[in-house]
Amino acid sequence: MAMIEIRHVSKWYGEFQVLSDCSTEVNQGDVVVVCGPSGSGKSTLIKCVNGLEPFQQGEVIVDNISVGDPKTRLPALRARIGMVFQNFELFPHMTVLDNLNLAQIKVLGRDLAAAQERSRALLKRVGLEAQAPKHPGQLSGGQQQRVAIARALAMDPIAMLFDEPTSALDPEMINEVLEVMVALANEGMTMMVVTHEMGFARQVADRVIFMDEGRIVEDATRDEFFGSPRSERAQQFLSKILRH
Amino acid sequence: MHYHWNWGIFFEMSPEGTGTYLETFVWGFGWTVATSLSAWIMALVLGCIVGVLRTTSSPWVVRIANGYVELFRNIPLIVQMFLWYFVLPELVPVGIGDWLKQLPDAAFYNAVIALGFFTSARVAEQVRAGIQSIPRGQRAAATALGLTGLQTYRYVLVPMALRIIVPPLTSEFMNVVKNSAVGLTIGLVELTGRARAMQEFSFQVFEAFTAATLAYVLITISIVLLMRWLERRVAIPGFIARAGAAH
Ligand SMILES: Nc1ncnc2c1ncn2[C@@H]1O[C@H](COP(=O)(O)OP(=O)(O)O)[C@@H](O)[C@H]1O
Ligand SMILES: [Mg+2]
Repeated sequence: MAMIEIRHVSKWYGEFQVLSDCSTEVNQGDVVVVCGPSGSGKSTLIKCVNGLEPFQQGEVIVDNISVGDPKTRLPALRARIGMVFQNFELFPHMTVLDNLNLAQIKVLGRDLAAAQERSRALLKRVGLEAQAPKHPGQLSGGQQQRVAIARALAMDPIAMLFDEPTSALDPEMINEVLEVMVALANEGMTMMVVTHEMGFARQVADRVIFMDEGRIVEDATRDEFFGSPRSERAQQFLSKILRH
Repeated sequence: MHYHWNWGIFFEMSPEGTGTYLETFVWGFGWTVATSLSAWIMALVLGCIVGVLRTTSSPWVVRIANGYVELFRNIPLIVQMFLWYFVLPELVPVGIGDWLKQLPDAAFYNAVIALGFFTSARVAEQVRAGIQSIPRGQRAAATALGLTGLQTYRYVLVPMALRIIVPPLTSEFMNVVKNSAVGLTIGLVELTGRARAMQEFSFQVFEAFTAATLAYVLITISIVLLMRWLERRVAIPGFIARAGAAH
């Protein structure tokens, strides 16, 4: 069953076309990795999935709800889709625990005790139970990103979106974040992950999407993609990032 | 220059018949504090609302809020005082106008309203700048969690912005106190007005204005200490502003 369907989506910033007729889908429990050169529209595409970015043409359907339909209550839909950002985007003035509690209480309507319980369980799961009373600025980048993942999971999402979750991290902190993501993938979370971590893609991706200049150039199973990407652009791109 | 210093003047009776000069000063001090605090609270509330409106995505809301700021910031404060005090009662229906004119402490209410609107425009400008200095990803993260626009402002953007703008707000707070002296032009008997009255009745100009100056300094120091305390209270452990960081 398709959890996320993207159908012929096009988007413009003024004259500039960021997305051109993008179509793909993510089945429930699948992990889809999105890669491609900088500026190719990867962030824009996944932001269309939870309606952070509007689009002018096409359709995005998440769990049978149309994101672009003006009648859709977007906050309610977004609450069910977790998102993790390159720069973590924890709320700096709140403790780690409050970062996790906030939307559970204000959006889902959980009471404080229930929210705390869920938050603590998730912090434990990402190995950061002891950091609950601290503020984000007191944590390392890797820790902050793990908190950000826990914050998204606290909403019990039906799918998770990741936008280059390890790109802002020092190399020695990348693995602690990837480990959490791999565990999540293995538990059957539906995930759409923009990343250049090809090790991660090899390990857990069901499919790999390659984007270039706003188009989905390649949409292949993992084995097809790493075996022999069909497009020359993807081959070039892969050879470049795999060398590093 | 032959100036006859007489610090004892403060214990002499003022010809206004309201007690000693010292007592008139204490009352003046009280009116200055009351006017400034009331106007400041009004300015903070209105300034936050208008400042927030200026950062929304609705062009016409932004335009109206910008117009508000331009209006109240660019008309000289003294003119605004006159407009509220002398002109407004003539513009409204006669009954209301008469009621306004005979209101006890009308000068106080008018000074608070004029000063409150004037200062709110300046606070709004700080609030707008504060919100816009917050990295854009913060709003995206709050939105992605399902928070509504209002909730995003209430729990994420405004609390951060207010922390960022404590220093400029401190100087706006002090400006309110200084600007409250303009109230004397509509008959508010605040500190500066008291100093002028004492000068006119007793000719002890230096004593009068020394006392007023010391009283203003006292208020200013209190504000600085209060705001420093506040800044420490709301400081975020480990937070290094990455304000304006583009991503
Ligand atoms: N708000 C915006 N206004 C105009 N152009 C934008 C905006 N956001 C992104 N772009 C442009 O859209 C293109 C795709 O951006 P993005 O989706 O962030 O790419 P990627 O994530 O693949 O690096 C880039 O060329 C970028 O400059
Ligand atoms: Mg990007």
